Amino acid sequence: MAYNDKVIDHYENPRNVGSLDKGDESVGTGLVGAPACGDVMKLQIKVGDGGVIEDAKFKTFGCGSAIASSSLATEWIKGKSIDEAEEIKNTQIAEHLSLPPVKIHCSVLAEDAIKAAIADYRGKHDDEQDQGAVAAE
Amino acid sequence: MTNKRNGSNITLPIYLDNQATTPVDPRVLEAMMPFFKEKFGNPHSRSHSYGWEVEEAVEEARGEIATIIGANPKEVIYTSGATESNNLAIKGVANFYKDRKNHIVTVLTEHKCVLDSCRHLQQDGFDVTYLPVAPNGLIDLEQLRDAITDKTSLVSVMGVNNEIGVIQPLAEIGKICREKGVFFHTDCAQAVGKIPLDVNEMNIDLMSISGHKIYGPMGIGALYVRRRPRVRLQALINGGGQERGMRSGTLPAPLCVGMGEACRVAREDMPAESERIRMLAQKLHKGVNDRIPDVILNGDPEKRYAGNLNLSFSYVEGESLLMAIKDLAVSSGSACTSASLEPSYVLRALGVDEELAHTSIRFGIGRFNTEAEIDYAIDTLADHVGRLREMSPLWEMVQEGVDLKSIEWTEH
Repeated sequence: MAYNDKVIDHYENPRNVGSLDKGDESVGTGLVGAPACGDVMKLQIKVGDGGVIEDAKFKTFGCGSAIASSSLATEWIKGKSIDEAEEIKNTQIAEHLSLPPVKIHCSVLAEDAIKAAIADYRGKHDDEQDQGAVAAE
Repeated sequence: MTNKRNGSNITLPIYLDNQATTPVDPRVLEAMMPFFKEKFGNPHSRSHSYGWEVEEAVEEARGEIATIIGANPKEVIYTSGATESNNLAIKGVANFYKDRKNHIVTVLTEHKCVLDSCRHLQQDGFDVTYLPVAPNGLIDLEQLRDAITDKTSLVSVMGVNNEIGVIQPLAEIGKICREKGVFFHTDCAQAVGKIPLDVNEMNIDLMSISGHKIYGPMGIGALYVRRRPRVRLQALINGGGQERGMRSGTLPAPLCVGMGEACRVAREDMPAESERIRMLAQKLHKGVNDRIPDVILNGDPEKRYAGNLNLSFSYVEGESLLMAIKDLAVSSGSACTSASLEPSYVLRALGVDEELAHTSIRFGIGRFNTEAEIDYAIDTLADHVGRLREMSPLWEMVQEGVDLKSIEWTEH
């Protein structure tokens, strides 16, 4: 099987590999996929003032295309607001990496990972608002 | 491509996929060459010496194939390869005896061409029993005995598994089949020339053999068909009645001669070669285990052909590992299935966890591998498995003490 150059580049020089403290209030963590399916992605965002993603990290268990999709996703979302990051579509990732049809699910997983990380971040802050509201009553 | 290391030249990538195919041995190529040049006759031509001398060579080669499995040359027919041999044995026996018997017994971990032949027979109305295997990859002999009925015509169980290298108990299976009066076919594409085989001691009635798995040419194989008690087959390929009517078509003389020479070399070299391959395989397995934690050997640790080492590198996905270790020509499972995203059906039949099945790599050590190559392979694996684990969320979770089975994964 021959991989596209962009996939190989991300695979050999993955951007933003690592972990952020998942207990930190400013961090959102998304864990998607399943070991039994051969793909698991963990994508984390650190959100600063004004809802801007200051940092993003990933770890992926999966094929080269899955690693490349998640690496690219972290690259793209850094510096974006969480609302902008949420707009990223799997088709954009697949197109950028020229993924073949059998690897499209890797880009879907990367989109899911971004959304899951954002949802986790929002969940933490919804709770805060709720608690705040309760405390004020 | 060469890479100087340890003072020796290593050609990269290092070929460690000897279950997929083997390079033609130079002695084999040399034996074949005259039959591409001056000895070009048709072995079936009876009216001149061009035919006679080629026929003699083809028969001599048939004798070598027979000798390595303890058979009579008259019981060996040439085919295009083990896939055809398996098709001919299974469909040929089933169809010949179908008026009285309509049942076949085989195993879940057989090669695709055996399983697919059986599926076609099912479509034609035959019953097929697919025996399960234990977690070590071996069948249960009592289950086999129980599966055989008075409607069973054939039992088909392979010798050495192509994906995991385990050796099924052929002699015991042969004994049961003989007692029960059913024919015993065995796919020995991965076994011939690697482990000692004797069709009489093992009560084998049909045996499939491949040329290119034993350092012979591609496009040639053989099927052993017992004469006493006689096994009858319905031919798949009809024509001029060559090969005792079981396989028509002009014999590819250069390939036949090559396969014969490959069997001769394998027979003569087997004692020394199996010892050397065992040493190299042990070195690889030990080297990997010493340097990389959490590596699991798939298949029985003892009842196996040493030159096939199927290892699961936990928490590292197989395809990404293959991409990383591009200096090693290895495969994840069999070449036939590596294009699909499904984990190996053989590992699943062993009950290997699906996540581990996604992390397995098959190392196939052969005649031309060297110790320096094995050292290089160990270094390469240690580097890349370590790097990929640093990138693996599963590895991270396990290091933090998380039980992966406790997580609710989103299956996709």
